[in-house]
Amino acid sequence: MKVFRNLLDSVKPNFEKGGKLEKFYPAYDAFETFLFVPGHTANTGAHIRDAIDLKRTMVTVILAMVPALLFGIWNTGYQHFLALGQPDATFLEMFSYGAIKVLPIVIVSYAVGLGVEFIFGIINGHSINEGFLVTGMLIPLCLPIGIPLWMVAVATLFAVVIGKEVFGGTGMNIINVALTARAFLFFAYPTLMSGDKVWIDTATASGEALADGYTGATLLAQSTESATNYVNAAGVQYTDVFSSAFLGTIPGSIGETSTLAILLGAALLIYTGIGSWRIMLSGVLGGLVMSLIFNAFAVNPFMEVPAINQLVFGGFAFGIVFMATDPVTASQTTRGKWIYGFLIGVFAIMIRVFNPAYPEGVMLAILFMNVMAPLIDHYVIRGNISKRLKRVKVAA
Amino acid sequence: MSETAEVKVKEPLFSKKNKKLLTDPLNDDNPITIQVLGICSALAITVQVKQAFVMSVSVLAVMIFSNLIVSLMRNLIPSRVRIIVQLVIVAALVILVDQVLKAFVYDVSKQLSVFVGLIITNCIIMGRLEAFALANKPFPSILDAIGNAAGYGWILIVVAVFREFFGSGKLWGIQLIPQSFYEFGYFNNGLMILPPMALITVGIIIWVQRSRNTKLIESN
Repeated sequence: MKVFRNLLDSVKPNFEKGGKLEKFYPAYDAFETFLFVPGHTANTGAHIRDAIDLKRTMVTVILAMVPALLFGIWNTGYQHFLALGQPDATFLEMFSYGAIKVLPIVIVSYAVGLGVEFIFGIINGHSINEGFLVTGMLIPLCLPIGIPLWMVAVATLFAVVIGKEVFGGTGMNIINVALTARAFLFFAYPTLMSGDKVWIDTATASGEALADGYTGATLLAQSTESATNYVNAAGVQYTDVFSSAFLGTIPGSIGETSTLAILLGAALLIYTGIGSWRIMLSGVLGGLVMSLIFNAFAVNPFMEVPAINQLVFGGFAFGIVFMATDPVTASQTTRGKWIYGFLIGVFAIMIRVFNPAYPEGVMLAILFMNVMAPLIDHYVIRGNISKRLKRVKVAA
Repeated sequence: MSETAEVKVKEPLFSKKNKKLLTDPLNDDNPITIQVLGICSALAITVQVKQAFVMSVSVLAVMIFSNLIVSLMRNLIPSRVRIIVQLVIVAALVILVDQVLKAFVYDVSKQLSVFVGLIITNCIIMGRLEAFALANKPFPSILDAIGNAAGYGWILIVVAVFREFFGSGKLWGIQLIPQSFYEFGYFNNGLMILPPMALITVGIIIWVQRSRNTKLIESN
């Protein structure tokens, strides 16, 4: 640490007022505060003294995502070797293969996103926030493994500029930045974001793709045929679709397949109080209620998917735990959080069932509720005001 | 009479005031980016440059003649029924334009479909009639029409250039992105074809314009 401190101190005069690189002070500030406690404290008004700041919040969320990331890396390799017909590859082979495929996506996402943040910070002269640290990890985790790197770069650029910087940067965005990136890719390049070719890396050693026979549709895309006895096209039979979807040994976006890994992250978020348990719980309840209603009135195979399976399929768990709970775009009031989470669950299942063209209803549901969140808060607060006014009148 | 008095002081044809009528709508008082009028057609027909161009020319024609006619009739129109009179004039002109398009550029007219007819309800045209032609002489009214239609047109064409180039790799229907790019892994951006991207592109133009021209930024 001493080395960093000395290095920073030695270049500091260049960045201070009057120095040669004065314009780049935000960049310097970002590195300094990333490594050390800021040297200045607030000096006006009442403020709460707490060690938790934006940086620690963000790092906690990233820690919570680590299980999903590690599992995603392993699963990428697992699905790859399964597709090649070598399910007996060792754990290390699978993991290293997955790492080679997944890490470039993570690196591109961070490089582009942080690049944009630095440029805007320097132009506007405001300090660079740690806001992108979580987004940069969420973006790769919600993408399919087959996504080309340049598309990740374009989507990240779009999401950070249009989704966040135009609104004023970290903390001012109205929609979740990572989901903006995903939605951008989903609508811009639909052939690479859905279907049955993108979820598994089928490149063989010589660089050729496998024969056309092997398809890897996600469970959501296949749930039309048979939800409880899902048969993988390669002949691998999942007699119990629930447990494989829960563990995550299925094709899907990189970080969202394993509900178990996501639950580990959720536990950390709830324990540290960083993710709102109200939103998570109400989201799950909303999903359950909606799928039970569909089950009761089922007229097609989509509606017959058991409620408990809906919760572990696709990105439902990932979206509810990591994206719906984004403190910036979610509702702020306690009652608002219940409504917000519940409606996300309801809409997610509704979009899945009613519009099979958009199997990933969670993304659209969360984006929609992001936009609605201020309205919910407004009415919750208004309701509270009128309730209290009534109490005053009765007393008077 | 004040009007006769004004005539005596003969104004040069392109006085400073008249020039401003032409140039203001291009930037400082742009109908789309500043007044936020005519957004609907800007979103709907900017998928291809050709359509956007034909649309701009149509709007230009309708606007010049409707501004001219309304300006000539401004002292005859009772103010209570002025909107309906304006509508009749605009509608008649739009029908003419529609017929011309059908006769000479049938395929484009088919693509534009209902949007040619919807020029009648284009807020820019009604806005200029109400705000300018009703109170000004024919010549300044024509200049105002040209200025506003050009201001509308350039935004439309810029948006269309972006959308056609990134959305289908073409400009004016000509393939610009070579096939080898696609073989190398390039994909057309499907979102560009969808209306939301037109809105975002207009938003980016507004952003660039306001950061270059700081007097447009509202203070509050």
